[in-house]
This record gives sequence, structure tokens and C-alpha cells, in this order.
Amino acid sequence: MFQFHSFSQFLAMGKYAAYVWPSYGLTLLVVGLNIAWARGLLARAQLEARRRLATQEGHA
Amino acid sequence: MTWTWFHRLGSPPYIYRLAGRLTPWFAWSAAALIVGGLFGGLLLAPPDYQQGDGFRILYVHAPTAWLSLMVYTWMGVAAAVGLIWRIKVAHALAAACAPVGASFTAVALATGSLFGKPMWGTWWVWTPRLTSELLLLFLYLGYMGLRASFDDIQRADRASAVLAVVGIVNVPIVHYSVVWWNDLHQGSSLSLAGKDTIALSMLVPLLVCLLGFTLYFGAIVLVRLRAEILLRERAAAWIREVLA
Repeated sequence: MFQFHSFSQFLAMGKYAAYVWPSYGLTLLVVGLNIAWARGLLARAQLEARRRLATQEGHA
Repeated sequence: MTWTWFHRLGSPPYIYRLAGRLTPWFAWSAAALIVGGLFGGLLLAPPDYQQGDGFRILYVHAPTAWLSLMVYTWMGVAAAVGLIWRIKVAHALAAACAPVGASFTAVALATGSLFGKPMWGTWWVWTPRLTSELLLLFLYLGYMGLRASFDDIQRADRASAVLAVVGIVNVPIVHYSVVWWNDLHQGSSLSLAGKDTIALSMLVPLLVCLLGFTLYFGAIVLVRLRAEILLRERAAAWIREVLA
């Protein structure tokens, strides 16, 4: 079922390790960064909205 | 036939709440599919008869390239809807798409370069597929730069929407470039009509990855959409409720 007979053979990726692993690494890095960016954006927007509501209440 | 469901799609509080409820479903199914698909692509799919194990780059290159086009289509259509019907939520969706699309277009170009070097012997060639994909990145960056140049979010929405809509013409050019011109880039492995040019054991992990990355985009854009809605709904009473 598995295409590789050993872990070192898997890491070697034929002779393509230098191209395969950076591709996977970069893709997963950007996948992770997008999660962090999106959550950060929402957290900031919610914080800002809460602050705005608090000031509005202060003026009322 | 009643159109209330359609009108609700333009309602910021409805979309904000709906996006919040849908996000975990998209996120967890995406995580399962991406892990499963990459596992299959790296370990179960047989090596390509020409490209050996190097072809496994396809399992990250094809989904990111697919995202680069799909996200732009969402962005362009949402921007058009926002322009025509003046719907705030549509503009919010377009704005939410751009950074995600830009980052995955950059990844598609980079993984394509890493794919091209061992297979073609070069990191880059100015062929139609690669050039139009690079233009796609510049369209995303131009859209984001244009938005950033306005202080007023409504004016940013309208101005950037025009650019997003005009840029849609580039999407079919990227997609059909390998059909219309004799490109160094290989043709599509998938086809809705006719036979796929890929073995089933290679195809299944690819389809799983494509679906996984699509759902992943769904999760990310739903989170960003909620943030973009909050930025546009400054004085609305419903915000007090959802933030309580």
C-alpha cells in the first residue's frame, strides 16, 4: 500500500526532496498564517467595536 | 415564490451570525480532508512514470492554483454584486477574499517554480500560463493597495470593486492558457467532460485535496467576513447583542 519502503526513502522523494519538501512546507506555512491572520483580524475588529460601544455608552 | 431568503443574504446581522455558526463545520471538514489528501498524495499515490516522486508537488500546487482562481472569481462576483445592488455584505465578502487569494496565488507561483525547476530545467518561463498567473497576483495586490489608499471604507469598496470586476477577464485566460496556446505548462489532469488524464490512485488524493482547500478557504473567508462586517457596521444596535 505505501509507496516507500523506509522513512529515509520517503524523505529522499526519489531525487526530488529539495523541491517536494519546500513546496509542502511553504503551502502549510501559508495555510497556518492565513488562520492566524483571519483570527487576528476578527479579534481586532471585535475589540474595536467593543471600545466604540463603550464610548457611545459613556456619552449617552 | 418568496425572496426573503435572498434578502437575508444582504443582512449584516444575519450573515455575521450565520458565518460564525458555519465556520467550525468548514474548518474541521477541511482539516480532515487536507490531512487525508496530503497523506494519500505523499504516501499512497504511485510515482509518476515520467516525473517520479517529484509529481507529488501536484498535491499542493494544484489546490493552491485552484484557490488563486476560485477566490478571485468570488471576489469579482461579490464586488459586482456590491456595485450593482449597493450591498454592504457583498463588498465585505470581496474585501475578505483578497488577502487569502493573494497569498495562495503567491504559493501557487512558488510551488510551480519548485515544480518547474526539476521538470523543465528552469524556475520561470514567460509563457501564457505563468505570465497570466503572475498578473493575477498583481491584480490582487493592486486591489489591496487601492483599498488601503482610502480612509473611507465605502469609497474604498466602490473604487476597488471596479478593479476586481475588470480583472475577472484574466481568470479564464489563466485557466484556458494551456489549451489556447502551446504552453510549457502541462494541461489539466481533470476534466468534467471526457476522460481524466490521471490514474485513479493519483486522482482520488488530488480531489480530496482540492475539496479540502476549498472548504479551508470557506472557513477563512467566513472569519474574515465577520471582521469586515464589523468594520462597516459602526453604529448598529445588533453589534451590542452579538458581542455581549
